[in-house]
Amino acid sequence: MSTNLQTAPKAKPSAMRSQLVGARLPKFAVPLTAIVGIALAIGFKYLLSWSGWSTTVVAAAVLFVIVLTGWSFSVEGRRRAKDRLASTLIYACFVAAVVPLVLILVYIVQRGWPALSANFFSHSMAGVGPDQPGGGIYHALVGTLEQVALAAVIALPVGIFTAIYLVEYGKGAFARAVTFFVDVMTGVPSIVAGLFVYTFLLLGTGARPFGFAGSLALAILMIPVAVRSSEEMLRLVPRDLRDASLALGVPKWRTITKIVLPTAMSGLITSALLAIARVAGETAPLILLVGYADRINFNPFSGDQGTLPMMVWDQLGKRTGNSGEFTDGRAWGAALTLVLLVLLLNVIARLLARLAQPKRG
Amino acid sequence: MAKRIDVDDLNVYYGDFLAVEGASIKIAPLTVTAFIGPSGCGKSTFLRTLNRMHEVIPGGRVTGKVMLDGEDLYGPGIDPVNVRRTVGMVFQKANPFPTMSIYDNVIAGYKIAGSRKGKKELDDIVERSLRGANLWEEVKNRLGKPGAGLSGGQQQRLCIARAIAVEPEVLLMDEPCSALDPISTLAIEDLISELKTRYTIVIVTHNMQQAARVSDRTAFFNLAGVGQPGKLIEYDETSKIFSNPSQKATEDYISGRFG
Repeated sequence: MSTNLQTAPKAKPSAMRSQLVGARLPKFAVPLTAIVGIALAIGFKYLLSWSGWSTTVVAAAVLFVIVLTGWSFSVEGRRRAKDRLASTLIYACFVAAVVPLVLILVYIVQRGWPALSANFFSHSMAGVGPDQPGGGIYHALVGTLEQVALAAVIALPVGIFTAIYLVEYGKGAFARAVTFFVDVMTGVPSIVAGLFVYTFLLLGTGARPFGFAGSLALAILMIPVAVRSSEEMLRLVPRDLRDASLALGVPKWRTITKIVLPTAMSGLITSALLAIARVAGETAPLILLVGYADRINFNPFSGDQGTLPMMVWDQLGKRTGNSGEFTDGRAWGAALTLVLLVLLLNVIARLLARLAQPKRG
Repeated sequence: MAKRIDVDDLNVYYGDFLAVEGASIKIAPLTVTAFIGPSGCGKSTFLRTLNRMHEVIPGGRVTGKVMLDGEDLYGPGIDPVNVRRTVGMVFQKANPFPTMSIYDNVIAGYKIAGSRKGKKELDDIVERSLRGANLWEEVKNRLGKPGAGLSGGQQQRLCIARAIAVEPEVLLMDEPCSALDPISTLAIEDLISELKTRYTIVIVTHNMQQAARVSDRTAFFNLAGVGQPGKLIEYDETSKIFSNPSQKATEDYISGRFG
């Protein structure tokens, strides 16, 4: 290859362009096209007297794609034009996905931030009417944390052991059936899980709603998430390591507990906390199973309990039909707290995962 | 005490697929036996049947007999865990346990299996095994560091140390040098000649010079075509295989006419 280049007759570089150099649009092509697209769209807006700006924004985006692709096609050729089109569409999808997320977060922070205070976190809503200031989320925080913790205690061992079965032992029709039903359960609407527990636990025993009933429904929702994500993590453990351990004359169960689980630990922690985060904001089953109490109830096994999602619902006046001057702020405060809780879980998951990661060198 | 291996008419399957057909071989104690042959001819598969690691793969099964000092490894009541304690294995890719230090990697066979040994005894095992694997001088000052931080050649020697720490009687090596540079390869080949005084060694290799250098006897495996089972074509003294093989296929392979 290199000898060819050296022995090839020296072409005058200016007269004959190398085959390897393709025609490219100038660097300013993208911003220029963007300006042209926006200008054209604004032109259309006044020409066709569109009302509002949304059509104009969409038109600007479409014009940008058309102009850039067309320009690229005429200068750079077919392959680069396709590349530009695909890149633009991918970036557009990215923006379309991120914008709503950012807007939601910004809006929740904006509305909820003023409500947050030490008082808000340390007081319940007992005796605080819709038109009275004060009150807080303490009762709801207690309920949510207790119920989610109980759900995790039930669901995580079941989920992780199921994953171990599927990865290390399961074969044949039964393992396929387990995988299939786990997949189906992933898609079960939360209200159905709630209805199930409601029918068998509350109607069956004639009990009043209580926190642990909600935990059971949350556990049902958590198990498939925990199974699937733990399974992925266990499958990531290289076969080599299992072989190495087995070849040392180590029994299989010890290989799993001493090699596979420690190696996958960082991933398992992440998947566990993500499964918890997944159900922390669940509302539908709680309506049926836990009810709502505006006073503090530490006992998840008896009596209604407050929870964060239910408190949002309550404060917006959807439960009692009463809303007042201060309820909106408290609802957004509770919503923001819920988001922060999930955020905190994610951060903890990442920190723990980093700590549990195998070290090198 | 190193043991002898007698394989009698062994068929090795992956599910319904016959991977190795009718292999019979007699391996004497305290010798090095090399398995050579083109890729896919079943030499690694065959090697894994010698310590019942083949059945770890879903669908893996065998028919026939593998006798270790006269005892059939596939006989009724034989516990594969005990077989693997007696017949150790080193793999193609160095696979130290990433969650463990160098020290813990060496005693992994004891530690994971839950044996209770004193600190002093374990220290002795670690030093003896690492010396046995020619690694002691290089790592003696950093035994607490992760095993994954060593170089490729050191990792492979760590895996050998781990395999000999549990004092097997036979050591199987599945292309132990294929991922290593010539210096590390030399270190491992030297090690093999030292280990030969205490263990029966079976080594799979793609490197024919290596087979000629380290082994006493050589077995040549071949397969008739893709999808056909691999067969043991010829098994003889290494010097004879490489100078005057009795089979045409062996001669073609070692002289580089195919494969």
